[in-house]
Amino acid sequence: MPKVRTKDIIEKFNLELISGEEGINRPITTSDLSRPALEMAGYFEYYPAERVQLLGKTELTFIEKLSPKDKEFRLDQLCTDLTPAIIVTRDMEIPEGLIEASERESVPIMRSGQKTTRLASHLTNYLESKLAPTTAIHGVLVDIYGIGVLITGKSGVGKSETALELVKRGHRLVADDCVEIRQEDQDTLVGTSPELIEHLLEIRGLGIINVMTLFGAGAVRTHKRISLNIDLELWDKNKTYDRLGLEEDKLKIIDTDITKLTVPVRPGRNLAVIIEVAAMNFRLKRMGVNAAEQFSNRLADVIEDGEHEDI
Amino acid sequence: MVEKKVTVKLKTGLQARPAALFVQEANRFTADIFLEKDGKKVNAKSIMGLMSLAVGVGTTVNLIADGKDEEEALSMLSEYIQNEA
Repeated sequence: MPKVRTKDIIEKFNLELISGEEGINRPITTSDLSRPALEMAGYFEYYPAERVQLLGKTELTFIEKLSPKDKEFRLDQLCTDLTPAIIVTRDMEIPEGLIEASERESVPIMRSGQKTTRLASHLTNYLESKLAPTTAIHGVLVDIYGIGVLITGKSGVGKSETALELVKRGHRLVADDCVEIRQEDQDTLVGTSPELIEHLLEIRGLGIINVMTLFGAGAVRTHKRISLNIDLELWDKNKTYDRLGLEEDKLKIIDTDITKLTVPVRPGRNLAVIIEVAAMNFRLKRMGVNAAEQFSNRLADVIEDGEHEDI
Repeated sequence: MVEKKVTVKLKTGLQARPAALFVQEANRFTADIFLEKDGKKVNAKSIMGLMSLAVGVGTTVNLIADGKDEEEALSMLSEYIQNEA
């Protein structure tokens, strides 16, 4: 299923549809744009037909200078059955011949009042975020002190309950149970909730509750960059859990690694506080303060000093 | 791991109540169970994830199970959503 169609950019950027209405369901498959200047000069060897074509002032004034025969031929070449859209910027006149050519191949022609470079950068940003690789993960995403924490773990381990306690402590819920993740660019994972279950939490024994109406608009947010993963698991006696915090585990989502902490669950352990502190400690580490490492260095120094005294 | 394509025949689709029942059934198995619709894959043991797919009657979904009792889980759950009642 295509993620972006021509009609989406018409709506998003308020474009005026001039012709080629039948083509507005065409998929846009790449975030690259094309300004077909060389094509207008007659060079169609490498014409990237699958891209959105932008005609700015330079291209349009050049087209006007062409002989009628060249003009007709080149504008005709510009419209293919692949081209998702041709956008004329700065509210310029649509060149004669382009409309006929576009109707023939049903390529949507649109007009925008914006400058070409400005529109191009907005379009690129929009298309990149829409066409980014996505995945869905079973877990809860909460914004804790500005850190996007993805809480994962088996069904029934207490993810939603922990999220509820975190919300009660003033943190923000992004998504419960199912987190849709987009890799916006290398190293940036952004999580959102599926629209249908936005703001909702499911708590065993209570059912579905709406966090936004219960706790207010300050308790939710629509999307958040994911920086930390906390994996909850039932306490396993045979497994050794990290006691020092010197090593860092990673979780790979799409192509990005994020820090992963495994936290064992046992009655009496206050998970919300532990996760809150994990988020704070993660921030501290990013600021360059690593308590475990500092301590380890100090310990090494003391041991070394002791050895010298012995001699 | 076993996989099966199933068409939903429940009259209301996986509306809230049937979805809750489905999840309850799924939770009786130890295998990891997933349900996939239009390339979106969710954990079948989590009710919110399942409901977020908004599975209607007549939709074809992919059931995936992985674990000791996978075969059993798959036949039980596919039977449930293919039930017309």
